[in-house]
Amino acid sequence: MAHGPSGGHETYYVPESSKLPIFATVGLGCTILGAANTLNQIKAGTGGMSMLLPVGFAFFIFVLWQWFATTIRENMAGLNSAQLKRSYVMGMQWFIFSEVMFFFAFFFALAYVRMLAVPWLGGEGDRGISNQLWSGFAANWPMMQTPQEAVEAAGGAQLMAKNGIFTSAKEVVDWTTIPLLNTALLVASSVTVHFAHTALKAGKRQALTLWLLVTLALGFVFVGFQAVEYHHAYTDLGLTLASGIYGSTFFLLTGFHGFHVCLGAVMLTVMFLRATTKGHFTPEDHFGFEAASWYWHFVDVVWICLFLFVYIL
Amino acid sequence: MGADHHGPAKGLTRWLFTTNHKDIGSMYLWFSFAMFLLGGSFALVIRSELFQPGLQLVRPEFFNQMTTMHGLVMVFGAIMPAWVGLANWMVPLMIGAPDMALPRMNNWSFWILPFAFTMLSLTFFMDGGAPNFGWTFYAPLSTTYAPPSVTYFIFAVHLMGMSSIMGSINIIATIMNMRAPGMTYMKMPMFVWTWFITAFLLIAVMPVLAGAVTMMLFDIHFGTSFFSAAGGGDPVLFQHVFWFFGHPEVYIMILPAFGVVSEVLPTFSRKPLFGYSSMVYATASIAFLSFVVWAHHMYTVGMPIAGELFFMYATMLIAVPTGVKVFNWISTMFRGSMTFETPMLFAIAFIILFTIGGLSGVMLSLAPLDFQYQDTYFVVAHFHYVLVQGALFSIYCGVYYWLPKWTGHMYDETLAKTHFWMTFIGVNTAFFPMHFVGLAGMPRRIPDYSLQFADFNMLSSIGAFITGFSQLIFVVVLLKCIKGGKSATDQVWDGAQGLEWTVPSPAPYHTFTIPPQVR
Repeated sequence: MAHGPSGGHETYYVPESSKLPIFATVGLGCTILGAANTLNQIKAGTGGMSMLLPVGFAFFIFVLWQWFATTIRENMAGLNSAQLKRSYVMGMQWFIFSEVMFFFAFFFALAYVRMLAVPWLGGEGDRGISNQLWSGFAANWPMMQTPQEAVEAAGGAQLMAKNGIFTSAKEVVDWTTIPLLNTALLVASSVTVHFAHTALKAGKRQALTLWLLVTLALGFVFVGFQAVEYHHAYTDLGLTLASGIYGSTFFLLTGFHGFHVCLGAVMLTVMFLRATTKGHFTPEDHFGFEAASWYWHFVDVVWICLFLFVYIL
Repeated sequence: MGADHHGPAKGLTRWLFTTNHKDIGSMYLWFSFAMFLLGGSFALVIRSELFQPGLQLVRPEFFNQMTTMHGLVMVFGAIMPAWVGLANWMVPLMIGAPDMALPRMNNWSFWILPFAFTMLSLTFFMDGGAPNFGWTFYAPLSTTYAPPSVTYFIFAVHLMGMSSIMGSINIIATIMNMRAPGMTYMKMPMFVWTWFITAFLLIAVMPVLAGAVTMMLFDIHFGTSFFSAAGGGDPVLFQHVFWFFGHPEVYIMILPAFGVVSEVLPTFSRKPLFGYSSMVYATASIAFLSFVVWAHHMYTVGMPIAGELFFMYATMLIAVPTGVKVFNWISTMFRGSMTFETPMLFAIAFIILFTIGGLSGVMLSLAPLDFQYQDTYFVVAHFHYVLVQGALFSIYCGVYYWLPKWTGHMYDETLAKTHFWMTFIGVNTAFFPMHFVGLAGMPRRIPDYSLQFADFNMLSSIGAFITGFSQLIFVVVLLKCIKGGKSATDQVWDGAQGLEWTVPSPAPYHTFTIPPQVR
């Protein structure tokens, strides 16, 4: 629908109709259904991965690719008024806010178990009576003996263990090793992506490419180190998802963060390719890049909280 | 600009591919109504079983599935999508915007929902049946002891969350970015204000719900122990995370109701809304307080006494801004030149009945008393008064109010009033006696009960069936109104104020492609 400026206002571009949303629903739906089938089949021992999962996911990514391509084409065709661009900016800002709240739930869980649930199980504080069910358990963090193990060690009856065997880790990850290095890497990458942004605004394309490349390198090295740390945790330290609540919170928080780093790195890779191979972005108009860089700063801030609350404290 | 005013595409693809806020609003409303009938039929199964003491119709396991699915379908499938549908239809019209800010994402938000609910409904046919752990899905019922279908439930909740978050981002961006020139924040209609705050609540708490179900998923499939004390976790942690979502969620369902009632009362009282700015501040206060009261749902779970007291006082504070609203509504009507068309009847019934629900809420907020009320039918009575006589009544209020604008025809007033009165009698017959059986100790979510509760339960069941079948009257009113009837004027109601009444009835496919000037 073509609009011309009228009455002193630029009109707002509303696409006439679009196949993208319904196809995205089909892709997302198949992915989710496939994931649920896969998990249930594995748990029941009746099969492995449902083919819906990879096929649906590939289709979903394809549709998203088309979707982003469409919005880029529209912007380059000059359809996006300043007002419409603000809508995209707000969309990204509020999306990041929703991600903040997602992590908030896990940090909340960590705080609750550390400050309340585990001390209570160990017989301390207001609800210390919980310890009667888990006699022999003493509150400890990082949890080097789960309540289940403590009861077993004390020769007591094993209560409420139907849902799993929780074996505590021999040792936990030392924050002065890989985590400290990773903190340096991610903070540095936040600075370099800012340099890339400044370069873009100054019209220095080469500096943009360079700093973006450095950012990506730092990001991928971070993910690599994280993988090394997980391998070390599983094979050497005995720290797994099943290592009681310490392993649960450790892997869920760092894992979801790592997943978001990967997502941010993919976004920045796309921005890198757009900037280098397609010559996209101008000093005035580069919201795709800016959104990806916001996302990158967001994962950096989450990491700093993780480093503090999961690794050090 | 002539080229802009062509109509919609023909056939099914119009609905699949649409980017039009009116089409998407209509789809949300139809979907919501379908889910309302589905969830309602589950309620009638529950009430049939409870018609008499003893086990007559269904097995207890199936009864549990019915209570669970009734709650999930009504909350996530009926009430919430109805509000999003009304927002889609009315927010752009009320602020003078050409459409929603992000029209394609708008369609995506909608189409995720039918998929999520299809997946959720298919769990009835799986081994072990549908989710049976209550709509609040407390661990370990929903983890250790859950049927295998819980995995599908978890992913369905993820999808609903994505839909809600995208829908809310869209509504916030629309309200912040698309207001017509001169439409300052403090000139926005109350319905827009309440949705603005609701959308903020949704973006803040739906991710927390996603976090809760994700922890469940990991406990079930990946050996973690978030909700298992054997590994150092705590089932009570689930309740904290759930209710951190759950309490704002109840305001998500009721704040837009406040907005609708604040639109309808001035129209039919022919007076401006009393205390507009205090309404805005009261809404914001309620939203803020909703984040610090969650544990009043779990007084009996065993919390430190300081926690009980904090959550008790914080909860009682909510009565203050809510009271401001109720008094403002009454003052709006005071000495107004009132007429009692169907939307007005629903609005007045809302004020009276929602206040009853609010007052039983104050009773429940008192921790020492809640030890008696917890998990009884008193709680069921309370939240049905706020969600049925509150949220549902105001959805009907809004639908009747704006129906002539949507269809271009006046609905059949006599039939609509019949619908109102039948529903009014039905819901009060169904839910009022629940206060008594609850206070006398009848537990909720149980398919059988002691003999002394028999009479009131029979009454409740009769009321539920009256309510259920009265909704068929609404179907007739709706279909008649779509097919024809007296033509509606642009203003529709002679006291109606606001931009939505300046466009023709029915509202053209595209409105406000040139923003109006608001003075």
